[in-house]
Amino acid sequence: MAKIDLNRVSMPKQEPLVRAKNFNEVALGYNAEMALAEASRCIQCKKRPCVEGCPVGVDIPDFIASVRDGNMPEAVRVLKGKNSLPGICGRVCPQETQCEEVCSLGKKGAPIAIGRLERYVADWELSQGKMKKPELPPHTGKRVAVIGSGPAGLTAAADLAKMGYEVTLFEALHVAGGVLMYGIPEFRLPKKVVQSEVDYVRSLGVDIRLDSVVGKTITMDEVLSDSYDAIFMGTGAGLPMFLNIPGENLNGVYSANEFLTRTNLMKAYLFPEYDTPIKKGRRVMVVGGGNVAMDSARCALRLGAEEVYIVYRRSEKEMPARREEVENAMEEGIVFKFLTNPKRFVGNDKGWVTAAECYEMELGEPDESGRRRPIVKQGSEFTMDVDTVVVALGTTPNPLVPTTTPDLKVTKKGTVVADEEEGKTTKPCVWAGGDVVTGSATVISAMGAGKKSAAAIDRFLKQ
Amino acid sequence: MYKILSREDLVPGIHLFKVEAPAVAKKARAGQFIVLMIDEKGERIPLTIADWDRGEGSITIVFMEVGATTRRLAQLKAGDSIANFVGPLGVPTHIGKYGTVLCVGGGVGVAPIYPIARAMKEAGNTVLTIMGSRSKSLLFWEDHLRSIDKNVIVTTDDGSYARKGLVTEPMKELLQSGKKIDRVVAIGPVMMMKFCAKTTEPFKVPTIVSLNPIMVDGTGMCGCCRVEVGGETKFTCVDGPDFDGHKVDWDLLLARQRIYCGEEKLATEQCKCGR
Repeated sequence: MAKIDLNRVSMPKQEPLVRAKNFNEVALGYNAEMALAEASRCIQCKKRPCVEGCPVGVDIPDFIASVRDGNMPEAVRVLKGKNSLPGICGRVCPQETQCEEVCSLGKKGAPIAIGRLERYVADWELSQGKMKKPELPPHTGKRVAVIGSGPAGLTAAADLAKMGYEVTLFEALHVAGGVLMYGIPEFRLPKKVVQSEVDYVRSLGVDIRLDSVVGKTITMDEVLSDSYDAIFMGTGAGLPMFLNIPGENLNGVYSANEFLTRTNLMKAYLFPEYDTPIKKGRRVMVVGGGNVAMDSARCALRLGAEEVYIVYRRSEKEMPARREEVENAMEEGIVFKFLTNPKRFVGNDKGWVTAAECYEMELGEPDESGRRRPIVKQGSEFTMDVDTVVVALGTTPNPLVPTTTPDLKVTKKGTVVADEEEGKTTKPCVWAGGDVVTGSATVISAMGAGKKSAAAIDRFLKQ
Repeated sequence: MYKILSREDLVPGIHLFKVEAPAVAKKARAGQFIVLMIDEKGERIPLTIADWDRGEGSITIVFMEVGATTRRLAQLKAGDSIANFVGPLGVPTHIGKYGTVLCVGGGVGVAPIYPIARAMKEAGNTVLTIMGSRSKSLLFWEDHLRSIDKNVIVTTDDGSYARKGLVTEPMKELLQSGKKIDRVVAIGPVMMMKFCAKTTEPFKVPTIVSLNPIMVDGTGMCGCCRVEVGGETKFTCVDGPDFDGHKVDWDLLLARQRIYCGEEKLATEQCKCGR
């Protein structure tokens, strides 16, 4: 047997200076040869730590073995047995802190590129034209409503449909996918991939009702009394946080949610072919250090900005964004200003932002998040000329459902109270999971929560 | 898809659509709005609900052609469909028994003021109404308001019909006449609402205005529609659209309504050429 290559097969990407000017996908994906080479590195260890490391428990070594053996239909079957959204996960999961982090190969060299192989398998299936629908069990005669069609809701809906439940999925927006559609940009997660996986969920018999705002068009109690036996709530964290500093309502200051929604969901980058406009800034400041800040900055660059700054109040080490995304942003020419925080935004007589007055910061003792607390350096104010600001500080859950559902308990932060094991809320017959319970987190953790709740709902309805 | 059941051209540039949307009609209340999207390349625009018919499952919207989307909307006929139509959004107008309520509608704002005036009357209030427009040719629904208040006062800026002048003039006279007015609801262009609020302020009459800033989702997600009321930032889509007119930062609202003027011009030119 040939010696195992300790280096992973690298992912082909668009060149930084080219991709900074288009919205096409940055990472191009493995071809068959690359996938085979990478799959062959897997030692098929007995312990299978990667399966444990996956929030939805994909049988990772098995689908990799199928790729290695060239049996792609089997690879798809194994992968989709646990994960209904592999094309999405292969692109946006932080594998480096999950399955790949615990890979046995990681002790000696680079762990298997599980995410890249997952994407390869999903893309292979998509390229075949028709997705194969799994055998569905007979109907249980019970109905489950799922609120929100983001990663948690899609996963719960798909799992419940596969268990034989009649599932209705309520979505407030005009397309399904939630944050996968409005938040994550095209160049990281093509919308075609999202929609093909949404179509797969639909093919399982899930009835997706768009334009349905639970809490407005219909309340949760009305859903329950409309002969649904249980509800899974995966409404995400859709409410943007602001800095609450002077000048934040000036024209040209956006929440990241608005900036990304206009760009991604409404396709403002194709204005005027699409009707939704966006202000194309020349000098753009993005405030924040998470993935959403990276996405916003990279969108601004692609919209045509000359200079894009990411302003973050802590240092590079504390940034919550995925390392890969930070590196991509840096390669594309985005300028990072660490230990910097805006004090106020300054505008002109027409109400447009023209500058940001910022503080320099320093790090003090660790706070409750375990990261060192940023402290203002007194007298350090300086001004940056900007014509667009994107505030990417994070999001909290949307209160529309809780405020119209009195017996659904929420915390002070607005998150829904649910037990960790299965997501059971304080309201009978209602489970919740994903960002609405945890506050903003990752796609895969939301999917994991959707999966656990689906299993719990199944146990409950079988009683 | 949401079918346009009927269409009426109220005056040049202002149109009424009855749209089939049973789920929205079932819940609609005075003061709420919908967000619609004509087709998959369209933008999401908010429009205030002008009426509803729960039996028929329809929502009535009245809109003025102001930009690319409303111009394209105006090209649709009865029997055509709108891709997306979501609601009812926002907090309904608070309807209570106040005593005497003065309802003021300006321009296309006459449409949303009508169900509010009706609900105020049904709640047992004495309802007075004033409606105004630039010119006679732009007036509509005088009969609707007259069915609520037989003494409806009508103004036109150019004096081509009824009383010449702005709605704020008869408002001021009513307030000065010593007649007890317990609440004012004013809906119309931003400038009109601003001056209605300025008119009632010295008389300390609570004045509710319905704001219509630029929105995207309409459910509190994007924050595009933020306004300042009493020094606090509010999201019009979920905290409003009704606010205390005496506390609204009108200049900020006016500035924010102009964010996409340049883009709107470009889109409107394209719209004229057809897509």
